Amino acid sequence: MSNSHDRRLDIAVLYPDLLNLYGDRGNARAMERRCAARGIDTTVTGVDIGDDWSPEQSDLVLIGGGQDREQRRVHADLQGRSAEIRDYVTDDGVVLAVCAGFQLFGHRYRGWDGEIMEGIGVFDAVATHPGPQIRRCVGNVVALWEGETIVGFENHGGRTYLNNGQQALADVVSGFGNNGGDGLEGARVKNAFGTYLHGAVLPKNPHLADRLISLALERRYGLEAGELEPLDDGAALRAHAEALHAALSASESPLGRRFA
Amino acid sequence: MRALGSGGTALPGLVVERLHPQATEQLGSRLSATALITGTNGKTTTAAMLARILRADGRTVVHNRSGSNLMRGVTASLVEAASPLGSLVHGCTAVLEADEAALPAIARAAPPTTTVFTNLMRDQLDRYGEIESIALRWGEALDDFPSSTTIALNADDPLIASLATHWDGSCLRFGIEDPDVPPAPSGEIVDAIWDPATQDDYRYSRRYFAQLGRWHTAAGAERPSPEISADEILQTDEATRFLLRLPTGSVSIELPALGLYSVYNALAAATAATALGVPPETIQRGLGAHEAAFGRQEEMVVDGRRVRVLLGKNPSGMNQALRTLQRPGERHHLLVLLNDGIADGTDVSWIWDVDWESQAEHCASLVVGGHRAADMALRLEYAGFPPPCGPVENDVGRALRAALDVLPQPEPLTILPTYTAMLDVRQRLGRMGAARLWDVA
Ligand SMILES: [Zn+2]
Repeated sequence: MSNSHDRRLDIAVLYPDLLNLYGDRGNARAMERRCAARGIDTTVTGVDIGDDWSPEQSDLVLIGGGQDREQRRVHADLQGRSAEIRDYVTDDGVVLAVCAGFQLFGHRYRGWDGEIMEGIGVFDAVATHPGPQIRRCVGNVVALWEGETIVGFENHGGRTYLNNGQQALADVVSGFGNNGGDGLEGARVKNAFGTYLHGAVLPKNPHLADRLISLALERRYGLEAGELEPLDDGAALRAHAEALHAALSASESPLGRRFA
Repeated sequence: MRALGSGGTALPGLVVERLHPQATEQLGSRLSATALITGTNGKTTTAAMLARILRADGRTVVHNRSGSNLMRGVTASLVEAASPLGSLVHGCTAVLEADEAALPAIARAAPPTTTVFTNLMRDQLDRYGEIESIALRWGEALDDFPSSTTIALNADDPLIASLATHWDGSCLRFGIEDPDVPPAPSGEIVDAIWDPATQDDYRYSRRYFAQLGRWHTAAGAERPSPEISADEILQTDEATRFLLRLPTGSVSIELPALGLYSVYNALAAATAATALGVPPETIQRGLGAHEAAFGRQEEMVVDGRRVRVLLGKNPSGMNQALRTLQRPGERHHLLVLLNDGIADGTDVSWIWDVDWESQAEHCASLVVGGHRAADMALRLEYAGFPPPCGPVENDVGRALRAALDVLPQPEPLTILPTYTAMLDVRQRLGRMGAARLWDVA
């Protein structure tokens, strides 16, 4: 087996200054930290509008949440990268797209004022905001992912609907999920994960974080490279349990507000 | 010395509103002057500073107390101040905190002589929505203000400064003019990064914290030159000194409060006082006699141990609280309390947007508590803090006892709570017989 210090992962964070709502930058921290604990070097590169970047330079692509106006601002730039990102996903590239990022990785997002923002079609899904008079989906979420719970906080006006054949990421136990209707949360295509969960989601869902790391290592270094030694996750699992409790003790947020 | 009571003051207002919905308007119309204070951070402290300045000027002041800055709290304050016959003392000045969302309603009920806009930060998006939508509603609310109102704007906050475009009446601006104020750390999250009207990015020759600083845009908008400013800012252990420049003269201020955000609060209060005709020397006296508002930079003694409480209810507020603690060589015993009540915002994700990393080396010991203590502990572990002493306690009382138990004499305990955790811990400290150190009156 090769020396673990030979391994490294290059992480790209798309539009870190624009899509950074609700602590999503904790996701990159979780990747760095969990890799470092295993002697895996990481680089984290922020990709801004107009930056010269190709997804093939990266092992893991993160994109976070933002308000409608930030989505409007990044979506043209993201369009320019659409084919490259889809090729990267086809080639087993690893992605975590949260909230606004998740919506823009679908086919399109119709904002609260009716404006259509074309997505890049990684996920076979469409998102639509029913308008400023309709309640936002706000609150703690518990979902079942491969038989285990994942937890986080959702806050989105947009509702995402998966087309036939598009796999969801998880099943909602408590919370709204993609649209508050079909019980589905997020989407998955190959190694691309889409979700509405903030929190940040990765620090308190270490099993999900490790899956992303494993998939990225396998893609870069081969199948056996994806084996990860376990870490002491006491603090993460306590936070996970606490979030479970917070979600299940109030099954719906009393705070749905009519803001765009 | 003031009693350490609970913070809830909104009930009488609720009762009166039910019995007599026009009560606020009727009582409001009898005031001789009204100052409204709105914005995300600093309302309570600014209001306390302004009330003190006005009292130093010999005025009778009605003031809604902390935590009751919704419409109901305003009504309650006016009712409390009214005589049994329901008529307010003539010549009375009201200092009213107005919740961001409640400003239009409060301004209708109590037409302002002056209104201070402190800043607009990301705070509880689950409650208030996006900050631009608040700016938009404020702009609309200004249409209904009496044209005699003087608005007081923070020149250093571009979202606030641009409210001037909605206002034809008199306007005073305040800001920091000291070229030696240290810039914000580069990793800090900024909530407002471009002009909502033009989509132009805000650029800075110097940024102090959040979006506050010397800003301009490519389209030619720029920070207005403030009529009221602070220069030569000097921080000591217990006070902040600065030179306050007013249109009516300059005075040196010795403010018993810490941090740049306290300077902004003092500027906001001084600006409103100037709009109300208070002379510089009285402003100087009032600010010098400032007492920490409830739960904000309060220092007290309990069982012979010094305890200070620094409220941090959103990323920029907590970043500022942390920055007041960061002095070379100083290390602190911390009790960090994270609640997710409705008044805190049920979303605790914001703790990932706080620059705890810069505080890690200043932490001598750590106890965490509150409804979301485990979330907080995880965040602080990521930031490189020492492991928390004892178990993670969801119960605020147990966390407080744990923190006092591990506190080495004679060092102070620093408590960093969210809003409802502040109310909780402060009530417990009161029951333990805490006495405030900074009480003056
Ligand atoms: Zn979201």
